[in-house]
Amino acid sequence: MSLLEVRDLSVTFTRSGSEPVHAVDGVSFDVAAGQSVGIVGESGSGKSVTSLAVMGLLPSRGVRVGGTVMLDGNELTDMDQRALRDVRGRDVAMIFQDPMTSLNPVVTIGRQLTEVLIRHAGLAKGAAKAEAEQLLRRVGIPDPVRRLGEYPHQLSGGMRQRVMIAIAIACRPKLLIADEPTTALDVTIQAQILDLLRTLVAESGCGMIMITHDLGVVAGLCDDVHVMYSGRIVESAGTKDLFARPSHPYTDGLLQSIPRIDDEDPDAVLHTIPGSARDTVAWERGCAFQPRCSRAVAECLAGPPAMAELGTPLVPHPVRCLRPVGDDVVLHEGNVAR
Amino acid sequence: MLRFIVRRLALLVPILLGLSVLLFAWVRALPGGPAYALLGERATPEAIAAIESQLGLDRPLWEQYLQFLGRAVRLDFGASIQTGQPVTEEMLRRFPATIELALAALLIAVAVGIPLGYLAARRYGTWIDNLAVTGSLLGVTIPIFFLAYMLKYVFAVELGWLPTAGRADPRARADHPTGFYVLDGIVTGNLDASWDAIQHLILPALALSSIPLAVIVRITRASVLNVVNEDYVRTAEAKGLLPGTITRRHVLKNAMLPVTTVIGLQLGVLLAGAVLTEKVFAFSGVGQFMADGLVQRDFPTIQGFILVIAIVYVVINMIVDLVYGLLDPRVRVS
Ligand SMILES: Nc1ncnc2c1ncn2[C@@H]1O[C@H](COP(=O)(O)OP(=O)(O)OP(=O)(O)O)[C@@H](O)[C@H]1O
Ligand code: SF4
Ligand SMILES: [Mg+2]
Repeated sequence: MSLLEVRDLSVTFTRSGSEPVHAVDGVSFDVAAGQSVGIVGESGSGKSVTSLAVMGLLPSRGVRVGGTVMLDGNELTDMDQRALRDVRGRDVAMIFQDPMTSLNPVVTIGRQLTEVLIRHAGLAKGAAKAEAEQLLRRVGIPDPVRRLGEYPHQLSGGMRQRVMIAIAIACRPKLLIADEPTTALDVTIQAQILDLLRTLVAESGCGMIMITHDLGVVAGLCDDVHVMYSGRIVESAGTKDLFARPSHPYTDGLLQSIPRIDDEDPDAVLHTIPGSARDTVAWERGCAFQPRCSRAVAECLAGPPAMAELGTPLVPHPVRCLRPVGDDVVLHEGNVAR
Repeated sequence: MLRFIVRRLALLVPILLGLSVLLFAWVRALPGGPAYALLGERATPEAIAAIESQLGLDRPLWEQYLQFLGRAVRLDFGASIQTGQPVTEEMLRRFPATIELALAALLIAVAVGIPLGYLAARRYGTWIDNLAVTGSLLGVTIPIFFLAYMLKYVFAVELGWLPTAGRADPRARADHPTGFYVLDGIVTGNLDASWDAIQHLILPALALSSIPLAVIVRITRASVLNVVNEDYVRTAEAKGLLPGTITRRHVLKNAMLPVTTVIGLQLGVLLAGAVLTEKVFAFSGVGQFMADGLVQRDFPTIQGFILVIAIVYVVINMIVDLVYGLLDPRVRVS
C-alpha cells in the first residue's frame, strides 16, 4: 500500500447561475514514502485544485468532490474538518507558489513557525522557539535567532520560501505537497530551493508531490510524472521513461519546448504548442487536446479517448490518446498518420 | 518617532492659517456685519458704531486680521456673546462632557461594529449579512437629530427607562474634580454618581454612535472579506491551526488595519455630531454651547470651536498613524 492513494478524484465547481466547471476529473495516482511525484500541466489544468483537494482545503460551498484520497490508510475526503485539522500540518503539509503573499505580513517569522509546532507537536513556547531556530538553520537561513523576530517583508523572496519550507517540514509530515514552489523566484534561487527540497525529502523519507508547469523541474527531482491536461491525467510514467518516450502529443510538445543545452543546432527555433488551453473540447465529447493536436483524427472527437497502456504491468506507462507519438498505425480506414 | 510627530504638527500650520482666513472672512460677511449680527434688528446706528470701535472693526482689514491671528495663536477668541466669558474658558469647562460623550459613542461603535462586521463577512450573503448591510446603510443616512429625538421620545419620554436630558440627576450631590462625570464618581468613591452619569450617557451616546457604528460595520465587513481570501489565511488553514487562532492571529490582525484608520476619522465626525446630539439631550458640552452659539450668532465661540476641531482632527490622525505603525510592521516609523 502506498503512502498516498488518490483514486478517481474529481472536483466540480458549481456556481449557481453558471455551468459547472469540472476542474479535476477522474484523477488517480499514488505516492510512496520517500518518493517524489511530479504533476505537470499548463495553467488551469487543475494541478492546484488537485492538491487542495488532497489537503481538504477546498471551500465547502459550491464545490463537489468525488473519489477517494487515502493517506496512510486514512480516507480524507469524508473526514470532517475537525479531524482534517489534525492531519493538516502534521501528516501532510503544503508549500505554496508565492512566498510574498503566503506568509502573514503582520506576524513574526518566529510566531508563524512556532504556532504549527505548538499546535501539532504539543511543544511549549520555549521548546518551540528552540525547534524553530533549528528548522531555520536546516533550511539554510543564516542568523536564525535574529530572523525569528523579523517580519516577512524584511526577508527576500528566496528566504521567505525557505521559511515556508521550514513551516511545512516542522512536524515531520509524511507527505509534502509543493505547488509551484519556485515559479515566483529568480532562476538562480529556483535551483537552490529545488536542491533544498531534494535534500529534505531524501533525509526525511517523506513522500512529495511536486506541482509544476516546468518539465525541467521534474527531470531533476521526481521519480514519477503525471501530465495533466484540462482536468485529467493524460500521461503517466517514470521520469526517465517519460523523457525517453513522450507518448501523448501534449507531453511531446512540452518536451520539445524545453531549451536544451546539448542542442546540436543552437539556432533551431524552439518548438511551441500552437493555440492555448482555452481552445478545448469537453472530455465527454472527445479529446480536450484535439484543437491543438497535430496528430488529431476524426475519432478524437468521438467521445473521451480511453487510456492506452504503452508500458508493462511492472513499468506502466498509460496514455490517454488514440494516436500516441511513435505509434503510427492506421486506426481507421482513410485516417493514415499525416 | 519624534520627527514624525513634529512633521505632523507642522502640518497644522497651513491648515490653521487657511482656516483662520476663512473664519475671519466669514464673520465680516455676516449680513449687516458682526456688530449688526450682535445687536440684532433693533440696533441704533450709534450702538453699532460703538460696538464696531470696541471690536476694532473700524481699523483696516489687514490690521484686524493680524490682530485676530495674534489672539488666536494664544487661543484667545475673545468673549462669548452668550455669556460674556472668554470663549476658551467656556470651552475648556465643557470639553470633558463632549469627550466623555464622544468616547462613549466610540466605545459602542467599536464594541458592536467590529463583531457585527466580522459576523456579516463570515455569514456572507445570509440574512445576517443582509441585515448588517441594510442596517449600516440606514445608520449612515438617518439624520442624527431625528434619531436622537426618536430615542429620547421612545426610551425616555414614553417608556421612562432613561433620563431625558442633562448629564446627571440635578437633585443628586456629587463632586466633579475632573469634569468627566463617570470618572468623577469612581475617583470620589461615589459609584451611584457614576451609574447616574452612565444612564444619562446612554441615549445621547447611542444617537451619536449611529454613523461611526455603521461605517465601522461596513469597513470591518469589507476588510474581513478581503483578508479571508488572502494566501496567508490559506497557509494558516494548511497548517491545521484551530479556527480561533486563524481568526485572531491571521484574519482579524490584518483586517483591523483599515478599521483603525476609519476609527480615527470617525472621531472628527463624532465632534461635529455632538453639536446636534448635545442640543437634543441638553447635554452641556462644547457641542451644545456651539449649537446655541449658532442660533445666537456667537461668532467668537463658533470661530473657536471650528479651530479647536481642526486641531483635534489633526492630532487624532497623528495618533492613528502612530497606532497603525504599531499594528503594521511594514509601515513602522523609525
Ligand atoms: N474557486 C473556483 N471556482 C471556480 N472555478 C475554479 C476555482 N478554482 C479553480 N477553478 C478552475 O479550476 C481549473 C483548474 O484550476 P487550477 O488552479 O487547479 O489550475 P492550475 O493547474 O493550478 O493552474 P496554474 O498553473 O495557473 O496554477 C481552472 O480552470 C479554474 O478556472
Ligand atoms: S486523442 Fe487525438 S486529439 Fe487527442 S492527443 Fe491523441 S491524437 Fe491528439
Ligand atoms: Mg496552480
